[in-house]
Amino acid sequence: MEVTLKVFRYNPEQDKKPHYEKYKIEAEPTDRVLDLLEYVKGYIDGTLSFRRSCAHGVCGSDAMRINGLNRLACKVLVQDLKSKKITVEPILGLRVIKDLIVDMEPFFEHYRSVLPYLINDEAPPKKERLQSIDERERFDDTTKCILCAACTTSCPSFWANERYVGPAAIVAAHRFIYDSRDRGAAERLQILNDQFGVYRCHTIFNCTVACPREIQVTQAIGEVKKAIATGKLD
Amino acid sequence: MEKTYQFDVVVVGAGGAGLMAALYASRTANTAVLSKLYPTRSHTGAAQGGVGAALGSEEEDHPKWHTYDTVKGSDYLGDQDAIEFLCNEAIDAVYELEHMGLPFSRTPEGRIAQRPFGGHTNNITGKPVTRACYAADRTGHMILQTLYQQCIKNNVNFYDEYHVVDVLIVDGAAAGVVAIELSTGEFHVFHAKAVIFATGGHGRIWEVTSNAYAYSGDGVAITLRRGIPAEDMEFFQFHPTGIYRLGILITEGVRGEGGVLLNDKGERFMDHYAPTVKDLASRDVVSRAMYLETQAGRGIGGKRYMYLDVTPETVNKYAALDGRKRPDGTSYVTTAEEILSKLPDIVDFCRTYLGVDPVSQPMPVQPTAHYAMGGIPTNMYGEVVIDENNTVMPGMYAAGEVACVSVHGANRLGTNSLLDIIVFGKYSGLKGAEFANGVDFQPLPENPADFARAQFEALLKEGGTEKASDIATEMKSVMNDHVGVFRTEEGMQNALQVIQELKERFKHVQVGDHGKIFNTDILNTWELGNLLDLAEVTTVSALARRESRGAHAREDYPKRDDQDWMKHTLAWLRDDDVELRYKPVTLTRFEPKERVY
Repeated sequence: MEVTLKVFRYNPEQDKKPHYEKYKIEAEPTDRVLDLLEYVKGYIDGTLSFRRSCAHGVCGSDAMRINGLNRLACKVLVQDLKSKKITVEPILGLRVIKDLIVDMEPFFEHYRSVLPYLINDEAPPKKERLQSIDERERFDDTTKCILCAACTTSCPSFWANERYVGPAAIVAAHRFIYDSRDRGAAERLQILNDQFGVYRCHTIFNCTVACPREIQVTQAIGEVKKAIATGKLD
Repeated sequence: MEKTYQFDVVVVGAGGAGLMAALYASRTANTAVLSKLYPTRSHTGAAQGGVGAALGSEEEDHPKWHTYDTVKGSDYLGDQDAIEFLCNEAIDAVYELEHMGLPFSRTPEGRIAQRPFGGHTNNITGKPVTRACYAADRTGHMILQTLYQQCIKNNVNFYDEYHVVDVLIVDGAAAGVVAIELSTGEFHVFHAKAVIFATGGHGRIWEVTSNAYAYSGDGVAITLRRGIPAEDMEFFQFHPTGIYRLGILITEGVRGEGGVLLNDKGERFMDHYAPTVKDLASRDVVSRAMYLETQAGRGIGGKRYMYLDVTPETVNKYAALDGRKRPDGTSYVTTAEEILSKLPDIVDFCRTYLGVDPVSQPMPVQPTAHYAMGGIPTNMYGEVVIDENNTVMPGMYAAGEVACVSVHGANRLGTNSLLDIIVFGKYSGLKGAEFANGVDFQPLPENPADFARAQFEALLKEGGTEKASDIATEMKSVMNDHVGVFRTEEGMQNALQVIQELKERFKHVQVGDHGKIFNTDILNTWELGNLLDLAEVTTVSALARRESRGAHAREDYPKRDDQDWMKHTLAWLRDDDVELRYKPVTLTRFEPKERVY
């Protein structure tokens, strides 16, 4: 089938402002959108620039807006879009460097700000720290995050103010706050109880819809809000 | 003129091996990590099933059993001293990951959960043993995330999206690297006392592959161009269960949880090829069985794939036939919920890419290029060794898939790659820092970036007539057809001729993007040059080895030949050809014998 791929283009070395290019391509219904972009780059215009690596939804490189929704280009098939017109644009809220490539530094800065690592100064046992199946299950969902930024850059609160830590950073905090082995919950909750912390979330649910790992992002944020409000983890 | 930085230790690559090296090196030495990807994009994150260690969480197990299984899995090409070291270190290495916060799945007693995996056995009964320590089916993801988190905690210096394109060698010792900063296109020189390569593999040589685009063999190609040989490149693993045509990995953990491979007649054909462990034979054995079934016309619908069936009905049927028990002694009976909770990503991949639900339908699978057993030769401390006498190159280290210690020999066991990265990542970091703390910086050569610049200027010259995409497609196709699961003299001669023609055509390649900022076009093209060099070295090494061993299976020489071929290949890339020499395998306690599963 023939599809029309409309791609946001911006080359800072040549263009004063962004524009769109259209490419008519022969595609299989089972092609990934990433395959179409690779085809354009390989056979039509080598200057088209985007990030990608694993090509099956686990490395988080290729989050972009596809027909208006944040998706991973390697995890959306042509047939999923139910349209022969496919528009591909960079994720919003981060500076566009070139074409579909945005500046990820502010995103990772937010991630680092929530102390995204196990905090526990007690001497570990010789073997593993014990953790029950239920304790492990408590934070399972938020361990799936691949830091693709699809959630944070779908959030109107983040678009409104880039100082908001955003859903991905809160998911990272959640993963440790609810880990029975961690002792840093109070410190992280204090960080998130800030004017640019969890209360910027207005439960719009864009993040949950955008997450390619199907993490219940809004729920995780809600749990962190509740922990701040009640001072209790449950 | 390029900017110059100075660090005691420079680590190249930020997957599991690179991050582990960085964590250990940075404890005592000023360390920087350079990576062409953001660290969390590294291919370690795609590893699924588990990391091998004889913890014995739920049943008897011993590092010496793990050692024997690995030696046998390697088809006796692995160096036995290094394998013993790896398997002994495994237990503490896994506990260390847990202490760092890695969220392993748990047993009812709260211990690290373990599952069976191909080739891992109870050495007394010969039956599969639960040795793969896992976090659902995203163990690699959790290792990568955990190590990156520890690096943040310990303030490791990262240069993200800096693509290393050359290593500097002065008076036979490493002196630094040259990198291109993706966001500016500028060349930078990193002057260092110790350089640790942890750049991953090169599975993008083949058409059907589980490997990321980034797996372009940069580390081996760079060192080959600087006169360092590549070891055992003919041994490349084809994982039995890639998604049909796409190559996306379906973990061996599926079979660990009781899934079975079925042919077009609905037969569990592994019964015939590995009567004791059946579907949990090692990967080379299973991939060959699938190929032979296909050749015999028993592929599904006559096509080149088999079914991998993990539906509860099928799992329970064969578990009952095998008499499989749970650790508590009860019969092994699974449910759809258990499959979903232990293999959530596999279920997701199949739903996304195939529209198939593995809880109720079988998955179409075929062998997929997966893992390089070969690579930059090192000893068990990550020190690069550059000849048949194992002469150490001062200041140069390699760890992870890019390295060949060799612990995997002719065929790696599942779960030993994640083990390899944490153990050898750690030791290369420790050794690299120790070395750096005992020496002064060497003077840099004059114009240190010139060798790399020349490679890129050649790609940018006008008037090229060849498309990189065409060359890549032809390379992948011919390597898949002739340097794959089974090989013949004729097929490989054909492949070699094609690869050499493609290398010639590559000299006339036309790059479309001449800009500076994020010129991924030129970097991808340079990567293709790496793959072509490695395809040539792989094919030449494979042609010379006239025997079948592990992943190198020749139809014209079907037997292992310990008399003539119990030795490691060393390949040097010369101007017009590839020079081969050999070095002995280290044997300690295990006498080679025939390999039966």
